[in-house]
Amino acid sequence: MSSVLTAHTTHQADPAHPTPRVKLILEDGSEYEGTSFGAANRPVVGEVVFTTGMSGYVETLTDPSFRGQILVLTYPLAGNYGVPAPRPKGSIAGPYESDQIQIQGLVVQHAITKPSHHAAARTLGDWLASEQIPGVTGIDTRTLTRRLREHGTMKGWLLPAELPVEAAKRAATGVEMQKELFRLVAPEHPIELGGDGPRVLLIDAGAKDNLARLLLKHGARVTRAPWHADIAALAATMDGVLIGNGPGDPQDLQDLVLKVRGLFKRPNFPIFGVCLGNQILALAAGGSTFKLPYGHRGVNQPVQEIGTRRCFVTSQNHGYAVNEKTLPRDWEPWFTNLNDGTNEGIRARFKPIFSIQFHPEACPGPRDTGFLFEEFLRLCGAASGGAR
Amino acid sequence: MTPRKHEQRRVLLLGSGALQIGQAGEFDYSGSQAIKALREDGVYTVLVNPNIATIQTSEGLADKVYFVAITPENVERILEQEKCDSILLGFGGQTALNCGLALEKRGTYERLGVKVLGTPVKTIRDTEDRELFKQRLAEIGVKVATSRACDTMEQCRAAVKELGLPVMLRGAFALGGKGSAVITEEKDIEPALKRAFAGNIPQVLVEEYLGGWKEIEVEVVRDSADNCITVCNMENFDPMGIHTGESIVVAPVQTLNDEEVQLLRTLSIDTIRHLGIIGECNIQFALDPKSTDYRVIEVNARLSRSSALASKATGYPLAYVAAKIALGYTLPEIPNGITKKTTAFFEPALDYIVCKFPRWDLGKFRGVSTRIGSEMKSVGEVMAIGRSFPEVIQRAVRMLDIGALGVDPDFFTGDDITEALRVPTSLRVFAIAKALEQGMSTVEINRLTGMDQWFLHGIADIVALRTELKAAAKPSGAAQLSADLIRRAKKLGYSDHGIGRLTGLTLEQVRAQRKSHGIIPRLARIDTLAAEFPAETNYMYPSYNAIENESPPSDRKKIMVLGSGAYRIGSSVEFDWCCVSAVRAAAELGYETIMLNYNPETVSTDWDECDRLVFDEVSFESVLDLWESEKPEAIIVSMGGQVPNNLALRLARAGVKILGTSAESIDNAEDRRKFSALLDQLGVDQPAWTHLKERSAASDEIEKLGGYPVLVRPSYVLSGAAMSVAHDPAELDRILERARTISAEHPVVVTKFETGAREIEVDAIADQGKVILWAVCEHVEDAGVHSGDATLMLPPQTVPMPVIHKARKIAAQLAEALAITGPFNVQLLARNGRVRVIECNLRASRSLPFVSKVTGTNFVREATRRMLGVREPVSNRALDLDYVAVKVPQFSFPRLVGADPILGVEMASTGEVGCFGDDGDEALLQGLNATGFRTPKKGVLLSLGPKSEKYSFLEEARALHEELGLALFATPGTAEALEAEGIPCTPVAKEPGQERSAMDVIDEGLVDLVINVPRSYDELGRPDGYLIRRRAIDAEVPLMTDLMLATALVNALRNRLHTVPAIRSWDEYLERQPRHLV
Ligand SMILES: Nc1ncnc2c1ncn2[C@@H]1O[C@H](COP(=O)(O)OP(=O)(O)O)[C@@H](O)[C@H]1O
Ligand SMILES: Nc1ncnc2c1ncn2[C@@H]1O[C@H](COP(=O)(O)OP(=O)(O)O)[C@@H](O)[C@H]1O
Ligand SMILES: [Mg+2]
Ligand SMILES: [Mg+2]
Repeated sequence: MSSVLTAHTTHQADPAHPTPRVKLILEDGSEYEGTSFGAANRPVVGEVVFTTGMSGYVETLTDPSFRGQILVLTYPLAGNYGVPAPRPKGSIAGPYESDQIQIQGLVVQHAITKPSHHAAARTLGDWLASEQIPGVTGIDTRTLTRRLREHGTMKGWLLPAELPVEAAKRAATGVEMQKELFRLVAPEHPIELGGDGPRVLLIDAGAKDNLARLLLKHGARVTRAPWHADIAALAATMDGVLIGNGPGDPQDLQDLVLKVRGLFKRPNFPIFGVCLGNQILALAAGGSTFKLPYGHRGVNQPVQEIGTRRCFVTSQNHGYAVNEKTLPRDWEPWFTNLNDGTNEGIRARFKPIFSIQFHPEACPGPRDTGFLFEEFLRLCGAASGGAR
Repeated sequence: MTPRKHEQRRVLLLGSGALQIGQAGEFDYSGSQAIKALREDGVYTVLVNPNIATIQTSEGLADKVYFVAITPENVERILEQEKCDSILLGFGGQTALNCGLALEKRGTYERLGVKVLGTPVKTIRDTEDRELFKQRLAEIGVKVATSRACDTMEQCRAAVKELGLPVMLRGAFALGGKGSAVITEEKDIEPALKRAFAGNIPQVLVEEYLGGWKEIEVEVVRDSADNCITVCNMENFDPMGIHTGESIVVAPVQTLNDEEVQLLRTLSIDTIRHLGIIGECNIQFALDPKSTDYRVIEVNARLSRSSALASKATGYPLAYVAAKIALGYTLPEIPNGITKKTTAFFEPALDYIVCKFPRWDLGKFRGVSTRIGSEMKSVGEVMAIGRSFPEVIQRAVRMLDIGALGVDPDFFTGDDITEALRVPTSLRVFAIAKALEQGMSTVEINRLTGMDQWFLHGIADIVALRTELKAAAKPSGAAQLSADLIRRAKKLGYSDHGIGRLTGLTLEQVRAQRKSHGIIPRLARIDTLAAEFPAETNYMYPSYNAIENESPPSDRKKIMVLGSGAYRIGSSVEFDWCCVSAVRAAAELGYETIMLNYNPETVSTDWDECDRLVFDEVSFESVLDLWESEKPEAIIVSMGGQVPNNLALRLARAGVKILGTSAESIDNAEDRRKFSALLDQLGVDQPAWTHLKERSAASDEIEKLGGYPVLVRPSYVLSGAAMSVAHDPAELDRILERARTISAEHPVVVTKFETGAREIEVDAIADQGKVILWAVCEHVEDAGVHSGDATLMLPPQTVPMPVIHKARKIAAQLAEALAITGPFNVQLLARNGRVRVIECNLRASRSLPFVSKVTGTNFVREATRRMLGVREPVSNRALDLDYVAVKVPQFSFPRLVGADPILGVEMASTGEVGCFGDDGDEALLQGLNATGFRTPKKGVLLSLGPKSEKYSFLEEARALHEELGLALFATPGTAEALEAEGIPCTPVAKEPGQERSAMDVIDEGLVDLVINVPRSYDELGRPDGYLIRRRAIDAEVPLMTDLMLATALVNALRNRLHTVPAIRSWDEYLERQPRHLV
């Protein structure tokens, strides 16, 4: 594995074959033009969102929560440290957070074609190309981000500039957010991941691999099951349930909400929700969720534990949030976002059920709240009667 | 923010004293932010800082300012007399930290019931004591380099043996890597150990050498509720082994993946929590480029140069937040001043890249090694902001103001590229460019330099475009550049001038073509949040990678102030004080103010100092771009020193309105020939001078001037370099040769060098040709010591009144003749009642903050008001002072290995202090103490040069022995003269050899003052006695090389022998002033 790639990059300026131009067109009619990188000639459509993290593009691009979205990186240089070799089939090793690039398209200011890192095996552009994901470089992503912030999240098209716009738009592929989305990001069947500690069911509606890795690291015995599996039956043999993150609108997962509500009945049964899991628990408890104007996506989101002076910097990636006011009396808000005051976590008053909106599993981002896993597994251990 | 009651609290804040290598302007920034934070809470603030040129010591900030040495003795007295209940140690660099530790040792805190706010003393000790530090980190399993902490040289030798070469030596309680070294060869061990322990360094670490690892810094903030954030991480372009202060640094890190970033972040937070830091600190890591292995290098439990850089790089006000935390606020209680909506508990997300580049001035020193390493030698730094690495590094290189138009291969002039890559020097980046141009691979350059290839690829992109640009040149007629080519060049950070040079166009032609294609820079905001939240900030940078101007100019009447750029020898914090004072004065008059500057260690680049801060080059191109986009009414060029001053004429010709004195007048004063003619016309006396074009004409011309010695200076040189005195024809030849290599096409100016003359300076403000404020200072040294290196007395102590009147009259004549509106400075020679003009600068001078603070009238404020047309009567108290103040230079010779610590016509000092006293003696002693001088207690080494000097110093020598009870050691000639007069002394040899030498008595610690006045010069023009002077510096024994100053010192010591120096605050002196209005 070479640490520096120069020879086989496909994005060198070659006067004979000028690199194709790409247009990003937003719903409000604004247009940005740049140069194609990654897969060329592939028009796509999706919700355009931005993330402010300065490193961690491999983790971000493979995070299923981004499924169907066109991602804008606010940090102007993308691909500095390249991309490691693909992981073997069946592996859940990082820095990959799933088996494939999840985003619909990537928008950056400067795609770096000559990365440098001991773990790099390919460029960001090569990786995108290998998975047929189009990208565009040369966009003033700050100006674009300001627009997205002012107008809220918008639909957008990433189109080859030489095609007539209307035709290209019609040809653009996207993800049907309500019907298709959650099927695409979840495994088909439950998977046993080994381990020999407390038995934990990881409900997967687009869960990042690091959730599983962390459970295993902390000694849990993990079953990773799709949201559409027979959750009640699976949970019956478990010491606890972790509802993972995922893309889209939680209200499209009514089925899962009902199943989770069913789990509440079991006494002293630990349930932990992360991100989408937070929203699912809120809905299951009888609360409601709403769409944020442009979401929280980045690795510098400050949250505070309510009633304490404890604050944490967290990694986040979500477009929906829990409406705290709608929570029933036996639930309480737990964490709050210091920037905009939105909910960052809830918990049941009398049960070991709790969830957070941020990502304690990081990848990318700060690991300050990793202790929540230990807390959850301690409870699972207790639920299993301390058996190990 | 929850309001808290601090009304009763009285806090003492320690500054960092004079600027020196390793500890420069960044502490003016941190101190003034801290004071602002304290003031907001109504805390009564006492500041101890003798650095009179700083903004923190200005009116309206601290409640009390003490211009005295930052010593435990002084601070203890001030704590007592001001009844302070607490103290802040983290804002004045290593000086403050070490003083704070000493106070603890003395038991001062306990005795006076003074609380140390912020990081506790124990934590400070744990971080400064390298051995304790190791132990503390081992407790939590955080890795540090394998090392042995040693208290003696013997232990060190054993440790070197044990660890095996190469090893790294690092001193505890030091800064700027002082005394540190890499030892690769057996023979280097002894000298390195000697240096490492010099200057009372109690402990030295012998450590595994990690050269070639990546060096990463993280700025961490923690509050008393244990909330902890990392505000910024930075990556050094130069790998481990080169001090971070000597390295090109980028923020955020570029070559680390998220795993590595988070690893270092987590380690930072764990370490800082474990150590118990409360406030701000900096942690440095070495990271293996081939794995995720790491070592913690050190933690600096205080604001630092890096934290100033991080503040400017992110917009996050670290010093302000640290001060609030010290007062007991938690991070979420402190508002984010940039968004005004969120809190200080967050980590900035950058959507740009920042590059810091150090500024060296090694060319100014004789004998100094140009190699850079683990010890700091740079005197300043610049920071560039942009969207790509090529863009920022090219800008940064231009900001250095060393004549390079960017990362230009042609700027490398050596012949051995491999060697130039292998051995780090201040010019290595140009060697890299050259190597790339010659086709060397980045792999090979990485092997030679240890620099990550990511950065090298960025430079390769810059170099590659040169070929395209050169190809666009047209041998016949002007080239027409395509929009695409211009755009790409601009995105890679090329200047118009740089493009022009490669394409055979003038800067103006490139500019015209560029604008015809609509290619102009757009202002983007620094908002700490990558546009995620709306931010009202006024902190902007221009970029060709931005497509729209985020903040169109307002329609208020506005002025723009040009900053002073990189600190360098001859131009530092004093000009920042001038700029900030000008901005404040203009704002007071209702103007919107735009500040343009690029130095991250300044207060002028604090976004709360002006209405709009533009962080960019101060160049013809950038100023003109802003003039066109921001449309200010006028521009102030007279406050930022020589950098903006030099632009005046060209800007004026391009249609920019210059505020105050006209650009033509500035040119008439700057241009030697025009100025001389003006003096003749006015009948003002000047030393004889001539322009010398041909060497053959020299002897005739020198004859006309009245013979040797003569002062030689090339005209039109950059940053005033290369002035020398020639005592004979051979020396003149050498100097002319050197001047030719600097500037071949320009003639040199040769002036009669006047010996034994007094030098005086007039600082004044004029309004439409009429002087309205003035002050005159006298140099303690005779003319021939650069005014920046001289000891200045205000009011003058020895020159007679008629001389002062003449000087004043000359100033008035010049003001009128040049129609000055604004500040100006005249330097004059006085001998036998004759007063002659050396030069006149139509801008704020280095001594302006000094005279302003000593007289109690802010000259810059008044100048700015006059420039803006406000005329109100002012009182002028230049002579009518009931006290004396003295400005004493600070030298940084200990850091400049090999440099000859001698004073001359070229400036060498890096900073200054200004201290007060009832008389000149008291003020002088205070001033000298504040620059590190300690009253001798044991013995004095005398080596007095020319006969006349030996005899003129006899009485003083006697006093040293008889009245001050000091043992005298003297070199042979001096000893002879002393003995002839019956003054007992021990003779010592000048050169090392069989006999006991002067160097031996220094090494043996028998002398604590060395007075050495060089007599003769060797064939290379080097004054003799170099070994003595250098040894004194290396052993940190106070050294005097000027007889006038030595005489003044001895007299001050005699006269003040039985008095305890008074410790009075600034306002106590000012209040003595009889207040009368004009
Ligand atoms: N073990 C080491 N091996 C190689 N270089 C080192 C080592 N330790 C320190 N350095 C270099 O020396 C510089 C100065 O050391 P440091 O302890 O940071 O001094 P200071 O306290 O003066 O900043 C560092 O910036 C680093 O480049
Ligand atoms: N003719 C002279 N005779 C003696 N000393 C001189 C003469 N001209 C200049 N000097 C000394 O040289 C110093 C520097 O000269 P100056 O013209 O002020 O340079 P700069 O422009 O760098 O300030 C002065 O401060 C003075 O001490
Ligand atoms: Mg240090
Ligand atoms: Mg350091």
